[in-house]
Amino acid sequence: MKTRTILKWAGAATLGAMLLAPGKMHAQQWSGPGSAFSIPHEALVQPAALDRLLRGPKAERPLVLQVGSHVLFEEAHIAGAEYAGPGSQETGLAALRERVQGLARGTPIVIYCGCCPWNHCPNIAPAYRQLQEMGFVHVRALLLAENFGTDWMNKGYPVAHGR
Amino acid sequence: MGGRAGPARRAAQAGAVSIALLLAGSLLAAPAQRASSLLNRRAPEFTRRDLNGATVDLARLRGKVVLLDFWATWCAPCEVEMPAFSAWQRKYGAQGLQVVGISMDDSPAPVRRAVGRLKPAYPVAMGDAQLGELYGGVMGLPLVFLIDRRGVVRARYQGETDLKRIETRMRELLAER
Repeated sequence: MKTRTILKWAGAATLGAMLLAPGKMHAQQWSGPGSAFSIPHEALVQPAALDRLLRGPKAERPLVLQVGSHVLFEEAHIAGAEYAGPGSQETGLAALRERVQGLARGTPIVIYCGCCPWNHCPNIAPAYRQLQEMGFVHVRALLLAENFGTDWMNKGYPVAHGR
Repeated sequence: MGGRAGPARRAAQAGAVSIALLLAGSLLAAPAQRASSLLNRRAPEFTRRDLNGATVDLARLRGKVVLLDFWATWCAPCEVEMPAFSAWQRKYGAQGLQVVGISMDDSPAPVRRAVGRLKPAYPVAMGDAQLGELYGGVMGLPLVFLIDRRGVVRARYQGETDLKRIETRMRELLAER
């Protein structure tokens, strides 16, 4: 419980730090439905928390979908994750819809991208919104503040390679 | 007996935790080492066709300082850097600078559109997972390498970086003969 509280505060602090460092950001990424900041804080999951979930009982593991670049997915992705298509493109959203169409709306899903710094990610928010619109009620977005390499791979969390 | 089993169990647990931490540490270090191991080593060679069909052969750029820019059309900070790289190509080209752009987009169509809009003053070729892995893993953009005249990787910049830092280092490399 304590750990969960600490992680929540860590998430809030990370987002706070991003909000307090606007010098690097583009105005277009500050607001609007395409901004990663439009994803509510309670829908974010930290890398450590996701890693714990993925090591937990199989029945409780979420479906993990990468919603960014396929080239980067091919280089390395979260072990067990599936590629779903870039959320910033209609073709990507269509692929995402197709992948989850037959799933129960209560299925726990974690989406991630990590192509670039969170405040610049064009993929995560559209994918999140798409799943929300389809009625999925347990969707979370993996908070990768800098990118997949820095915040997941270099921290030693499990990765897989290839398509 | 129970009183002695407690410390023994705790010692065993501590040992297990230490091993786990060591393993985690080695896992943590591996990718970072992979990326940083390129520093001061010969840049991995590659040959690609740029978007205009011309050959980009890193080996043939020996004698020049190469700024190798991994970017993508979906990477907003990358697009911020590109006009500066074009300006540097024009300004320092005569001194031996060669900028090379490698797009990590999934397909060339959006790259052609971006190049048409941004008009970089340097060649842009398509990258892929193999090329990314060759350079230690391109696990986030932007990613810039500076390669000296001897073909050695001298600097690596991951993520949004102060362009003045890159330019200063690049000028130092240009001054090396």
